[in-house]
Amino acid sequence: MGVKVQREDFDVASEVDALASGRTDIGAIVTFTGRVRDDDKGRPIKSMTLEHYPGMTEEELSRIEADANARWPLQASLIIHRTGELSPGDNIVLVVTASAHRQAALEAAGFLMDYLKTRAPFWKKETGPAGESSWVEARENDETAATRWRST
Amino acid sequence: MSSAHPRKVKLLYFAWVREKIGRASEEVALPDNVATVADLVTWLKTRGPEFGEAFARADVVRAAVDKTHVKSDARIAEAQEIAFFPPVTGG
Repeated sequence: MGVKVQREDFDVASEVDALASGRTDIGAIVTFTGRVRDDDKGRPIKSMTLEHYPGMTEEELSRIEADANARWPLQASLIIHRTGELSPGDNIVLVVTASAHRQAALEAAGFLMDYLKTRAPFWKKETGPAGESSWVEARENDETAATRWRST
Repeated sequence: MSSAHPRKVKLLYFAWVREKIGRASEEVALPDNVATVADLVTWLKTRGPEFGEAFARADVVRAAVDKTHVKSDARIAEAQEIAFFPPVTGG
């Protein structure tokens, strides 16, 4: 289990390797990588700045990760989320889940992302080509996506 | 209930809540009649137009007490740190 909040980029292959090397009980690994797009609903994006709540971010991500581990039999899990100024094409977030079988790993990765998007205290501000900037608004369907886990 | 020395708490503001209020954090002495997060918002709005602006849509602004998400009826008697922020947009 692990949570990292950092300005630096991450390398998906080396993170997976570090998590799984020497383990023979892991039969399935799922990774999700979120990246900065160059447009938001047709509006061009030059850069994106991620603000967060130091202290609470780490605590909340750890709570979400513990929740996933309580719901699914995971051999390992990892959440990395970047902060600061990012450019289109840059990595934002990495979720890795490892389990004996694929279903637990796939479901847990989806759960982690849905919960992260509605609970982890991060805020995105987008800047366009002319320097104009605006805060990204929370999406209703992110809330709906997180709700689907409540009945399980 | 009243006390001779009002209790101090740290307030934190993030994203557009921070921008509208014009600062990232402050320490305030809570009046005795402030018992919940909703009471705190009501009191903050009396402190200046910037707070009125930040909490104009009070149902949109989220709160955390000591780094845990709470609803507006949460009691803050034991709180050390209270944060206000827009709905989160990470991931």
